Parts: sequence; C-alpha cells; structure tokens
Amino acid sequence: MIEPLGKDLLGLEPLSGDQIRLILDTAEPFKEISERAIKKVPTLRGSTIVNLFFEASTRTRVSFEFAEKRLSADTVNVASSGSSVSKGETLVDTARNLEAMRIDMVVIRHGASGAAQFLAERIESNVINAGDGTHEHPTQGLLDLLTLRDHFGKLEGLKVCICGDVLHSRVARSNIWGLKKMGAEVGVCGPRSLLPNCIDEMGVTVFSRVEDAIQWADALNVLRLQLERMHAGYIPSLREYNRVFGISSERLARAPKDLLILHPGPMNRGVEIDSDVADGPHSVILNQVTNGVAVRMAVLYLLAGGKPELADAAKGGGGR
Amino acid sequence: MTDRHTIVLDARAMDRTLRRMADEIVELNDGTDDLIIVGIQRRGVQLAARIVSSIKEREKADVPSGALDITLYRDDLQTVGPRPVVGPTDLPWAIDGKHVVIVDDVLYTGRTVRAALDELADFGRPRRIGLAVLIDRGGRELPIQPDVVGKTVEVAKRDRVDVLVAELDERDAVILAGAGDT
Amino acid sequence: MTRDAQSGMLLLRGGRIIDPSQNIDEVGDVLLSGGVVEATGRLGEIRREGNELREIDCAGRVVSPGFVDVHCHLREPGREEVETIASGARAAAAGGFTAVCAMPNTDPVTDNQAAVGFVISQARRAGAARVYPIGAISIGEKGETLAEFGEMVGAGAVAVSDDGKPVVSAQLMRTALEYARTFGIPVADHCEEPTLAAGGAMNEGMVSARLGLRGIPAEAEEIMAIRDILLARLTGGHIHLCHMSTKGSVELIRWGKERGINVTAEVCPHHLSLTEEAIGAYDTNAKMNPPLRTASDVEALQEAVKDGTIDVIATDHAPHHYDEKEREFADAPNGIVGLETALSVNLTWLVHRGIISLPLLVERMACAPARLFNLPGGSLRKGALADVTVFDPDAQWTVDASRFRSKGRNTPYQGQALRGIVQLTVVGGRVIHERGA
Repeated sequence: MIEPLGKDLLGLEPLSGDQIRLILDTAEPFKEISERAIKKVPTLRGSTIVNLFFEASTRTRVSFEFAEKRLSADTVNVASSGSSVSKGETLVDTARNLEAMRIDMVVIRHGASGAAQFLAERIESNVINAGDGTHEHPTQGLLDLLTLRDHFGKLEGLKVCICGDVLHSRVARSNIWGLKKMGAEVGVCGPRSLLPNCIDEMGVTVFSRVEDAIQWADALNVLRLQLERMHAGYIPSLREYNRVFGISSERLARAPKDLLILHPGPMNRGVEIDSDVADGPHSVILNQVTNGVAVRMAVLYLLAGGKPELADAAKGGGGR
Repeated sequence: MTDRHTIVLDARAMDRTLRRMADEIVELNDGTDDLIIVGIQRRGVQLAARIVSSIKEREKADVPSGALDITLYRDDLQTVGPRPVVGPTDLPWAIDGKHVVIVDDVLYTGRTVRAALDELADFGRPRRIGLAVLIDRGGRELPIQPDVVGKTVEVAKRDRVDVLVAELDERDAVILAGAGDT
Repeated sequence: MTRDAQSGMLLLRGGRIIDPSQNIDEVGDVLLSGGVVEATGRLGEIRREGNELREIDCAGRVVSPGFVDVHCHLREPGREEVETIASGARAAAAGGFTAVCAMPNTDPVTDNQAAVGFVISQARRAGAARVYPIGAISIGEKGETLAEFGEMVGAGAVAVSDDGKPVVSAQLMRTALEYARTFGIPVADHCEEPTLAAGGAMNEGMVSARLGLRGIPAEAEEIMAIRDILLARLTGGHIHLCHMSTKGSVELIRWGKERGINVTAEVCPHHLSLTEEAIGAYDTNAKMNPPLRTASDVEALQEAVKDGTIDVIATDHAPHHYDEKEREFADAPNGIVGLETALSVNLTWLVHRGIISLPLLVERMACAPARLFNLPGGSLRKGALADVTVFDPDAQWTVDASRFRSKGRNTPYQGQALRGIVQLTVVGGRVIHERGA
C-alpha cells in the first residue's frame, strides 16, 4: 500500500521508491496524450493553477503550462522578481492573497531554498516545487528518471554520473535522492570547489577526473555551469572547465559502452558539453523535454483532487 | 457474513454469448467495412479481442481494434479517493467516418460509456458509435442504451456482477456476488 | 527606580543557599537590608528595629547571587518595536537575571558617552534588572576608527565590543586590546571570518547540503578565535570570546589558557542544547549567528563549561519581529531570544543530565560573569549588593512565547517542556520579579 503523496510535491528526498515509481508509471499514459491530435483531457477542468515564478525560466514554466492546459486546467502566470526583502510583496502576503482567490494549485519557482516549503505550510492549495534555491527541483529529477528508465528499461543498478556544479544545483540534489531511492548507483564528477564539502558522506562515488566517470557510468547527466560561478571564484575560467571537465566526443569515444547523455538545459555549448555531443546520437536531451510535460501532467493529476481514502479505487465496480 | 456466489455464465456459455454478440455486431453494421472495435480498459479490451477473433473466423476479415482508458474522463475524479491508476489508451486508427463499436464487460449506470463517448470525440468524428456489452445489469443513471447485449441480469444495488477473463483472472466466468451483511 | 538604600528588609527563609564565591551550599536564610546583604545562615528571629520586614519562604528553592548576562541585545535606541531597554530589563528579571550587559549594535550605535548615558538612564527608569552598557570598539561599528573608550567607561560602559560584527582588522583588534588595558575593561569579540562566512545561513555540513543552504564552516569562528587569543598574548589585554559554538574553538581556548593568556569565553544555552537538526524544515526560529552546530560540538562545549575552559554562560538574547522571521530562511535575520529560557535550558540539559552541578551553574551564570566584567554582585557575602535570584530547579513548565515579557517571540524552544522556574528576582533589596505576579 503506497503512502498517499500528500498535499504537495516539495522534493524527492521525502518520497519513497514506491511513490516515485507511481509517478513514473502514471506518466506513461500521459505521454500518449501528447501524441494525439487533440492533446487534451478534461481531468482538471475547472481547476485553477497559478504558476508563481520568482526566477525567470521559460522552459520549465512553459512545460508546466502545457501540462496544465492539456489537463484542461485554467492557468495564470505570475512573474515576480527579487526576494521578499528587496521589493514588493512578501512571500507570506503572496501566499495569503492566492489563498483568498481560491487557487487550487500553485507551481512555485523561487531563488530561496525552502521557499516551496514555506508556501506549502501557509496555504491549503497544492504546492508543486518547480525549483527552490539550491534545494530541489523534483519534476526535473522525475523526468530524468523517466528518461533513463525509457532507455534502459529499469533504474536499479544503473550507474549514473552527475557532472558539474553539484554544490549549487537543485537538479543534482533531486537526481541524487531520486536515483538512490530507485536503487541506482550515483556518481558525481566536478572540481572539488563545486562539490559540497560533505559529498563523501552522501553515498555517491566521487570522480575527480571526467575520464574516470566516463569509464564507470551508463549515463551522464551534465549540469549547466553558470557564469556567476566563475565570477565568484569557484573555478578560474570557463575555458579551463571545458578543457578539464567538458563532455566532448573525443572523451566519449573512449568509453567502454554507449553512454546516454542527459542535460537539464539550457546548455552552455562548448562549456560543459560540446555541440556534437548535445546533438549526437546518444543525447536524449529532447526526450527529456517531452517527458517533462508527461511527468508534470502525472504530478498534477496525482496531487489534485479529493481526499485520499484507503480503498484501492482502481479496481473495477461501482459507477459503471 | 454470507457471500452468495451465483455463476451467471460459465466459460462455455460466455464463449457462446460472445460469438453471438460478434455476429450481431456484424449484422448491425451490415458487414465488416469501416468497422472498428474499441474495448474499454480493462476487461472490455479482452472481450473486444475475443469478438475480433470471432469475426475473423466467421467473416474471414480483419477488423481493426483499439483500447480506451477512460480514467481521465471520469466525472467522479474529485471524490473517488486516491487517484485511480491510468491505463494505456491505444487507438492508432483514424475514426472519422467509421462505425466504432465500444465493447465493455458490464453496463450499469452508463457513466463509463459517457466518458468513453467524450474521449472518442477528442479522437475524431465517427459516422456512428455503437455499444456492445456482455452484461447489462440495469440501474442506468444516464440515457445510454446498448445495441448488442450478451445477457441481461437483475442485480440488487448492493450486489456485484464481476466478469472474469482468463487473460487476467485465470478463468472465464460471469459471477453474481451477493454482499450479504456487508 | 532602583534605590539601593531602602528602609525595608527582605528575609529569604529556608532556601538552599548556593554561593560559590564563598563556597557555600547549605540550607539557611538570607537577610537583605539597605540594598545589601546583611547576613546569611540560620538566622532565627530577626531584630527589626522598627524597619519593614518582608519574609518570604524559600523552602525547596535555591537562593543564589543574582544571575548576570554579559551578552544581550536590547534594541533601543532604534528598534523599539522589537524590544526596549525596559521590556528587555523586565524579561531579564523574569529569567532571574539581576543584571545584563547591553551590546552596542543599536541604531545609532552606542559608541559615545551620550549614547552610553542614554542606556543607563533608560534602565534606571525601567526599574527592573540592572543594565550595564557595552560600548562599541569602533565608531559606528565600522571597524575603522577607535571609539572613545575612556569617555564611554566614564559614562558607565563596562566593556567594549563590535558585536553583531567581527573586528576584521587584526591591527584594530590589537589596538583595542592595548587601549582597553588603560581602563581595565574586557574587549569582547564576535568571532567570524567574513569571507568564509559570507552568505551563510547555517552550519556547513550534511544538513546544509540537504537543505540547499549555504553553510558557515566551523573554521570561520576558529580562525578569528585563535587570532584574538594570539593578540591577547601579544598585548596582555583581556579578550573575551563571545558565543563560542565549536569544538575547535574550545580546543583553542584551552591552548590559550594553558599558556596563561588572558582569554575568557562565553557560550549560549542554545549551543549547549541544540544541534543543526533543530532547523528541521527551514525553521527560522532556529537561525542565529553563530549557527547551531553538531552533536560533537555540543558535547565539547558542555565539557568546556564543566572544566572551566568556558567561563560564563550568556544568552545573546536577540529579539526580532515576527514578520522579519516569517520569511525565506536565507533572508530571515539571525537571532533568538533567550533571557526567559536560559536558566531552564541550562538546568534541563546540563544539571538534570548530570553534566554539571547546581553550584557550578551558579558560578557560570552569576559569579564568574560579575567577576570577569568587574561588576558588583555575583556574591552573597556580607555587604554585597542585594541582588539575589530564587528559583525552583525542578519545577516543570512548557515554553509559551506568547507569554514572554520580551517583545520578541523568536525561540526554538516553543512548546518544549523545561525544568526550572524563577521564583523571585531581587535587585538592590527590591523584588523586581515574583513568580505568578
């Protein structure tokens, strides 16, 4: 008996392997809907969903919007910039205003770790974390898991190496928790200045050299390196990062097997990943995008709706 | 708590009934042209497959078939409890101008068929939609009627009619289960 | 108004008198008269000579010199909506403190004699716990120019500190230590290496990695602690290290004391009882600077309180407005209140768990603070200031911030059951707090 998901999706760390599996399994039929001529089902008709994005993000917001609209929900986009300290309404007041408007669900992206939790504690609507600070980005983690599962057929025992700025990456964290819960083996590869100090205690294999990671892994999840890291002095230059850690076709050619290449996007071509790899035959970056909509539809479907009961409502009978 | 079990149709009776239903469907359509058989998840899908193979034996014709999962079109999603598992929908045929026959195991309130009609509307505009059900237990809550019925059964509201299929349940049968003192 | 000379007498009858300054731990009576301790022991019938005598039964309670908190923030002038000297002094009294030292990071900063005088006069008007101002080390706490220590001491300052901020320049700290020697006052430093700690919201470790929060490594405190200890050695000045929080700091202080360096140190009750796990799901009421650390740090600090490496327990009482704390963790201000929970936290985690004895607790909360900061009080010998705390060390209560006298409600102990309740707080022979009153 799987524990109900609860009101919110704040991260993958609090979920069990069974719950993650449920979301991935639920995403399967939603993939098919995006292939139909009419890409719409009436499931969330009448629901109001607010996309509350405090950080600019086209791709995640659009993906959520498609997911919401394909479920026939009404969506409202609210873009706000800056933290509550700098200007405008505080997060508390935003939360209360949304509640007063009887919103059903809120999808929130915010620059502060813990912002999704903060909101979820204060409103009754379902809250979906679309990325909070450097804490988690659960739907990204889920779509990465789905993409890996599509290709390999399973996640258990799979060796996945996360390459790049793990220290500042919420995508990395969600992936680490999600992969471990599903029984995969996790590796990380990057300069030590971009790995958390306690990475050795996180149950992952640490690779100092990307060549070693490539020898070990079945798949690489390549993280975007941000220009700000260079300016903040974590690494000397992007050029050096690319020379030492960049995923290039020369490096991949020396791999013992065909490595699957994932990237959460947007890519810095020529920094963490070379163009021919990103566009090459082993890249599933576009599959990730397709799966993103399906996974988000699955999450919205599973969280929305009435009070959970203990009965297994999937069995036949009643109401036919 | 007494549990009364009555076998309404055993495996052989079920087989005979399905064959007769297949014949009726072809008769209704005046042949097999433009016919598409669509089973509703879950057991409607297995019954639809039986019907299709019966038609193939009798008419020597391959009728296209598909599967429809109506979970996302249900009208009771807000109240039904933990989210029901969504099964696969597989309808690779263009249905515009075709005669689509929906196949389901039990027809009761009619809400499942209503959901199926809504879903089919999102796929296209058939010339005609027909309904074939193995068991009609009455108790309609919507104005829906079947074109082909395997067997009509009188069932008290609190009792259940279960259709078992070998592919999922290890045997074929239609069972009326009395709930007794629930 | 605190009038030390009073015609009334106060007799505290039958309590357990714990006065480490005289090595006393016995049941007896304490007679206060004219604002000072008149006598202690088994006193029998008291000759009143026409004076007013109030007798209070202290059976089952501990009677000790009044607690002295050498580190708290009273927010006035500048942030009166969050705390005033009056509300803070009353909160102190409720916590059993007869005197507190107020840090200068007010707005404007307390960096001159007029500002020091203002704090003194506000405290006098409040008529609750005594408030001794701590003056700033540098003008505006900017870390550039030395403030006028002499003038501030003349107006009543008892120490100097730029608390809230570290003294970044070693040269400035050196000068401060040397200059402070002239006036015999301690220099108190908030040890935090700014570049290592910048942007940090909690201790750096597994919890910060999991929560996605920038962490402050223990080394940020330890680097400044050893720097200050070495400068104290160089200058012969008295360095007082504020709110120590790490095992490493304890080891460095021990190193300094073994070499006879004039270093003293304080620890706060929260660092003796809570770890970074108290943050849970981003609870800003567990956010302060220095942050809560790990279990091994807590253990090392408890041991240090026991063996004297840490000399005093201070509160670092830092009230904030509810709205300010009701925000994203990284943006919320640092600080928790502590005056009204300090005694109970210390009793619950240190005494009742058998780590230290009651007399040692009194030494750390009353005698040593007064002695190290050259304050009157901290003793019940005849003629000493009649500042007394009477408390029940066993009584249990549940923390309810809505009932605090402080304007601040930001405590990580909300809803927790603690042991130890203040019965009576007496300043200059006058009862300024009574339980149930």
